[in-house]
Amino acid sequence: MTVPAWQLNCPVKFDESSERITLAHGEGARLTRRLIDELICPRFRSLQRGALPDAAHIDTTRRRMAVTTDSFVVSPLFFPGGDIGSLAVHGTVNDLAVSGAVPKWLTLSLILEEGLPISILIRVLDSVARAAAECSVEVVAGDTKVVPRGTADGMFLNTTGIGELIDPVPPGPQTIQPGDVVLISGPIGRHGIAVLCAREELAFDPPPRSDSASLIDVVAMLRNSAGTKLRAVRDATRGGVSAVLHEWAAACGHSFQLTELQLPVSSDVRGASELLGLDPLHIASEGVLVAAIASEASEAAVAGLRSLPMCAHAASVGTVGTSQLSPVTIQRTLGQPQPVDEPTGAPLPRIC
Amino acid sequence: MKYVDEFRNSKSARRLVEDIRRTATRRWVLMEVCGGQTHSLLRHGIEEELRDTVELIHGPGCPVCVTPADDINFAQQLALRDGVTLASFGDMLRVPGNQRSLLDVRTEGGRVRIVYSPLDAVALAQKNPDQHVVFFAVGFETTAPATALAALQACELGLNNFSLLVSHVRVQPAMKALMTAPGNRVEGFLAAGHVCTITGFDSYREFVERFRIPVVVTGFEPIDLLEGIRDCIQHLEAGHAVVANQYERSVRRDGNEFAQNAVNRVYQIEDCPWRGFGVIPDGGYRLRTEFEQFDTRARFPFDECRVIASNEKTDCPAADVLAGRLRPNECPHFGTRCAPDSPLGAPMVSSEGACAAYFRYRTTTPEKMPQNSSVSPEEAAT
Repeated sequence: MTVPAWQLNCPVKFDESSERITLAHGEGARLTRRLIDELICPRFRSLQRGALPDAAHIDTTRRRMAVTTDSFVVSPLFFPGGDIGSLAVHGTVNDLAVSGAVPKWLTLSLILEEGLPISILIRVLDSVARAAAECSVEVVAGDTKVVPRGTADGMFLNTTGIGELIDPVPPGPQTIQPGDVVLISGPIGRHGIAVLCAREELAFDPPPRSDSASLIDVVAMLRNSAGTKLRAVRDATRGGVSAVLHEWAAACGHSFQLTELQLPVSSDVRGASELLGLDPLHIASEGVLVAAIASEASEAAVAGLRSLPMCAHAASVGTVGTSQLSPVTIQRTLGQPQPVDEPTGAPLPRIC
Repeated sequence: MKYVDEFRNSKSARRLVEDIRRTATRRWVLMEVCGGQTHSLLRHGIEEELRDTVELIHGPGCPVCVTPADDINFAQQLALRDGVTLASFGDMLRVPGNQRSLLDVRTEGGRVRIVYSPLDAVALAQKNPDQHVVFFAVGFETTAPATALAALQACELGLNNFSLLVSHVRVQPAMKALMTAPGNRVEGFLAAGHVCTITGFDSYREFVERFRIPVVVTGFEPIDLLEGIRDCIQHLEAGHAVVANQYERSVRRDGNEFAQNAVNRVYQIEDCPWRGFGVIPDGGYRLRTEFEQFDTRARFPFDECRVIASNEKTDCPAADVLAGRLRPNECPHFGTRCAPDSPLGAPMVSSEGACAAYFRYRTTTPEKMPQNSSVSPEEAAT
């Protein structure tokens, strides 16, 4: 075997168990290329076509596209039910899906902290690849930067997503009318509680699991069952269902009346919320959407959703009205509507 | 969910509302002591539902609201000191001291950590031997046992980098101060169920005999509160000055002796300043001398910036709110200059503060307090 006198590529593979990210991995030289060639490209089909150009070219026949971008700084990087990698895919894919688009392409930017174990990076990249494959989106471009130790919390990710808009596109919250029905696709608050418990090491047994998941099929089901009767869809991430409804109330000028008993809340989220003094309506989900729908289509929509395994607990939780009491109200024990407040910046951990 | 659903049952709640209306021959004035009870009363619309039958005055039971500004200022100083990490409960972080909150201090680079248990702060000290971890120990008799256990654990571990900034307060002395204040209108108390879980309901026997007033130890769910109101009104109608226990599933006659022993071992009772009230005799705890090495005040100097709480210059009439003399929405700044995002005072920040409860849950304007009840904070404390 002839060994070249000098070679650019070191023949020694990354030692996944002990190696760590160094500033040199981000300096654009040999180590950067090894990181990209050996760890990133093999995991994503579109990046395996030889030398990487400065920009990806994508083919589309669609007239209207949707673009969104999101950064992910969740701590801890791994939590029951997901990790920063799957979250970075689901978060961006879901933003496209609820906008009425079918997600097609993603970019992936990594900001890595010096000292991050390579094994952690590999786990996250595998998770990105797995989630992207499940969502049928391709990672077509990316970037890697390394920052000095202490200036990032392990790693931050950014994903930008591009999707093709499919008719009928939900026209948006400004079209919501009194009499419309509010649907929720599944138990709320699971992601926020899971991350909170993992970060603060709260010893719930079993530990609550995040609901991080793609909403592509859920939106497709709503489109099929409600068609043009679907007014607005939103994933209930930061600020939870309450934040979505307050935003919609501002957009449409009407108010939302919820019934507490109809809200889907899992027993672990309820228990943790009671214990920690939190309101599940304020807590983030990463695989649950809120939809406003004309009342005549709501029953079929709920039935359609419930046929999906992840939406077995989908429910209609309230209606749109004209009450001036508060943008969002809820009926609790005594039955009168009580205001639901807009979440304020509670000192909770970073959750996405 | 057990212990929750049965205490939020709509039918039982309606029945209790009817019971209360039938029982009351006049409009009684009750004080719910604890801020958690205030929030539940407003969140579930009980206060508005019963407005014609009972006047509920909101009590001082919001621990972070009565924590002296001095102590908060000191905590902020400590957080900015090299080599010190300040740990506390999340609720404490947004409460303003004289000028700013611990969250502001964190933004300025102070080391501030939220913990869910004082024992987490001990663990933090163990993990970070180069940092001195100060736990800001606030709260009533409910949280004092946990901080006492933290001191005992730190002692057992021989930790030299852990101390407690003790700002614990005791609820019954404050109730006594309210009862002896001129203009007091309270005719019956809903005592705080969580505090009594530790102290036991028998601890109110002397109070009831002295002030000839019914005290019903009450829980926090809507059914608890409705039962507490009903029981209290029944005793008032019958002319009974007794201690009654509505919160039977948690409170026993003698309380939790293990917790009491931990508190007695670590703390001694002392006169204590309450924010907005002044000094309340026997109103708080301090560490016993044998635990001095875990006393933040003994280890770090504070004198150079000492600000006397009573000289606090503020437009916030929190003292009147805490003493039940002013309803939150009667404050000229309520919802205008003062809101949860930009609070002038602690009661608008805390998850147990009356102003926050009004801001979040009040749907209509309640009636004004009678004018003859205006008393200065100093008078209330004496």
